[in-house]
Amino acid sequence: MLELKNICYEVKGGSRAKILDHISLRIKPGSFTVITGPNGSGKSTLADIIMGIKTPTTGKILLEDKDITNQNITKRAKDIAYSFQQPVKFKGITVYDLLNIASGELIAPEEAGEHLKNVGLNPDDYLAREINDKLSGGELKRIEIASVLARPAKLFVFDEPEAGIDLWSFDNLIKVFKKLKKEKKTIIIISHQEKILKLADEIIILEKGKIKSKGTPNTLLKTITGENHGA
Amino acid sequence: MELNDYEKEIFCTVAGTTNGDDFEVPAGAYNFRVNGKSVGRNSTKNIDVKPKTDKSGLDITIKPGTKNEQVHIPVAISATGIKEAVYNDFHIGDNSEVTIIAGCGIYNCGPTDSVHDGIHRFYIGKNAKIKYIEKHYGFGPGRGGKILNPITEVHLKENSEAILELEQIKGVDSTIRKTTADLDKNTKLIVKERLFTHGRQTAESVYEVVLNGKNSTTDIASRSIAQDLSKQTFKATIIGNNKCRGHSECDAILMDEAEVHAIPALDAKTKDAELIHEAAIGKIASDQIKKLMTLGLTKKQAESKIINGFLR
Repeated sequence: MLELKNICYEVKGGSRAKILDHISLRIKPGSFTVITGPNGSGKSTLADIIMGIKTPTTGKILLEDKDITNQNITKRAKDIAYSFQQPVKFKGITVYDLLNIASGELIAPEEAGEHLKNVGLNPDDYLAREINDKLSGGELKRIEIASVLARPAKLFVFDEPEAGIDLWSFDNLIKVFKKLKKEKKTIIIISHQEKILKLADEIIILEKGKIKSKGTPNTLLKTITGENHGA
Repeated sequence: MELNDYEKEIFCTVAGTTNGDDFEVPAGAYNFRVNGKSVGRNSTKNIDVKPKTDKSGLDITIKPGTKNEQVHIPVAISATGIKEAVYNDFHIGDNSEVTIIAGCGIYNCGPTDSVHDGIHRFYIGKNAKIKYIEKHYGFGPGRGGKILNPITEVHLKENSEAILELEQIKGVDSTIRKTTADLDKNTKLIVKERLFTHGRQTAESVYEVVLNGKNSTTDIASRSIAQDLSKQTFKATIIGNNKCRGHSECDAILMDEAEVHAIPALDAKTKDAELIHEAAIGKIASDQIKKLMTLGLTKKQAESKIINGFLR
């Protein structure tokens, strides 16, 4: 499904200019992959590179054997859905507007409402609301995830979906991921959360821009939690 | 009412007088003005629309207790070189609730400037509520300017409320908007301004709101987009003479080589006056564009969505 070949990402200056250092990995269709690792290990940069938000310094990205390394975000969005770690706010754009854009066509309020219900939000309370700073961080995050779930994509990438979400909503989120897994969607999640790590078919641990180890939750979870990775 | 296509386009755009794609004369009271003359006028049982005898303009009188009625008084200029000043006075009876739809559009296909100065004075009675919608629009291939200078004066008597929705859609080469208001006790003035400039257009919005009455409140919110080489100035002064609350906000998106100047002023004459001003001027946030691109839009489509939403 997705193959990264020798991905490097470097920035000029700074204490560590090489953010990603020869990352190679294969994501199988219908698989659930969790990428974890300490802060600053390059996880979000890797997610950005998969979506086309950042361009790798060297290396190739193949999606279904097609080289997409130089494809822009818009073209990649036909196949890849991406959830930002920090939800974006807009003035004048409503939740309903965003879900329409995400769906790629005008959808009925009832259909848009279903996407909100999936993340535990009542459509009557939220569809007409602007996506602005009158919404809490948790509400914005759930709307962000709903917009991604509305995408007709082949691959779903979530960058720290648990960030800013309260415990009750987090349990809802786990249900959403379980449902996606059951539906055999191809999923990559950047996460530190044990409940999300446990859902993985494969866990990839990044450290200092390199893949430190790969494995199943059974083989890696004890190591990760023992080493107290992440928040 | 005989109108050419340009005049119909103006009225449909600024006054929403449409039935599908076609122009339609609205129900209720109205006065349609084209190139300095009234081309259609109607009064109703509760709303009297009468031309002034000493100068150009109208006296519009709304009977006390009038509810859920509308008045349309849009203006179209479809000839080059027209310069007019129009004085419209609104006498809003106590306990009434009405919507007033004004607006002006200029089609200029010639070399000479066309100018409309609209001077609107509102005398709002006790317990009355008005919503005033004014849209401005310009188009046409001529070198002559499309110039609109509205002056709005609002006088609110106790317990009354006014909502002003003021929008410059596009195509207006130069505008100076002056809005003044004085508020009696327990009154409320809400201003929602939307402004779009492009090319080498200039726009100046000047507000002066005087909160005289106890518990009077005002909220002036301006959102604008400045494109190309256009220049905008926003000046908002709120004067608090009593226990009152005032808020003004200027939120502008700058594109290309455009400029926006925000000059807020708060003048509290008593410690019980709570006055706030907020201003934010900047380009379209790159994360907004990226988010919409991840949902399948091109960069241009994303910018357009952001602009249209912002000016909604």
